[in-house]
Amino acid sequence: MVPGEYYLALAGMVFVIGGIGVVTRRNVIMILMSIELMLNAVNLTFIAFAKMNGNMVGQIFVIFVITVAAVEAAVGLALIISLNRRKATLNVDEINILKW
Amino acid sequence: MEWAFFILFGGVMLIASVLVITRRNVVHAALYLLLTLFCAAALYVMLEAEFLAAIQVLIYAGAIMMLYVFVIMLINVRESMAERQWHRQKVAAAVIGVLLAVELLAIFAKGIVAPSAKTAEAAKSVLNAYGGNTEAFGATLYTQFLFPFEAASLLLLAAMIGAIVMAKRNIE
Repeated sequence: MVPGEYYLALAGMVFVIGGIGVVTRRNVIMILMSIELMLNAVNLTFIAFAKMNGNMVGQIFVIFVITVAAVEAAVGLALIISLNRRKATLNVDEINILKW
Repeated sequence: MEWAFFILFGGVMLIASVLVITRRNVVHAALYLLLTLFCAAALYVMLEAEFLAAIQVLIYAGAIMMLYVFVIMLINVRESMAERQWHRQKVAAAVIGVLLAVELLAIFAKGIVAPSAKTAEAAKSVLNAYGGNTEAFGATLYTQFLFPFEAASLLLLAAMIGAIVMAKRNIE
C-alpha cells in the first residue's frame, strides 16, 4: 500500500518539471506541451487527494481539468497555425506583433 | 507489489517528463509526453480511479495528443530544430524550480493529515452504494456537479468556435 503522500510528491516534481519547461523553452509547441505536463500533475494530485479523503469530488474535478486542457490545446494550436501563417516562426521571442 | 508498480510507473513518468522538456525535436517530445500520459493513467488505476484512467487514455493520449501531432505535421520541424531552443534564463528557471519544488514538498509533508479509518470506511460505502467507480462517478457528476458540467460544455462550444475562427485562412 503506497501512501498518498508519495503520489503528491511525484505530482509536485512533474509540475515543477513542466514549469521549468514553460520558462526555458522558446518553441511555442514545447511551451504548450509543458503546460500539458503541469495539468497532468494537477490531475494526479486531485486523484491522490480523492483517494486520501475517500470521496469522489477530486475525481470529478479531474474531468473539468481535462476539459480545460482540451480547450487550451485546441485554441492554442489554432493560434499557432494562425501565427505560423503570418510570421512563419515558432519562436516566442519573435512573436511580438502586439508590440510596436 | 504495489510499491514495485509505483516505482516503475512513477520513475518512467519522471524520466519521460524530463525528456519532454529537453528534446530538440518536437515529435520526440510529443512521443515522450504520450509516455508520461500513459504512466499517469496507470497511476490512476492504482489510485482506484479506473474511469478516469480510461478517460485519460481516450481523451488525453488519443484526442489531445493527436491534435498536437497534427499541428506538428503542419509546421516545419526541421527549421525549428535548427534555431536556438532555450531562453537565456536557465539560472532563473533553476532557482524558481528548486524554490517551487521545496515549497510543494514542504506543503505535502506538513499539511496533510493521514486519512482516518472513518474516511476509508466512507470511501468504501460510497463505492458500495453505487456498485463501482464509474457508477459513483456518474452519480456524483450528474447530481452534485450538474451546473459546472453544463458550464464545461459551454466552454467547449466557445473553444470550438474560437479554434475554427482563428485557424481559418480568411473570414468573410
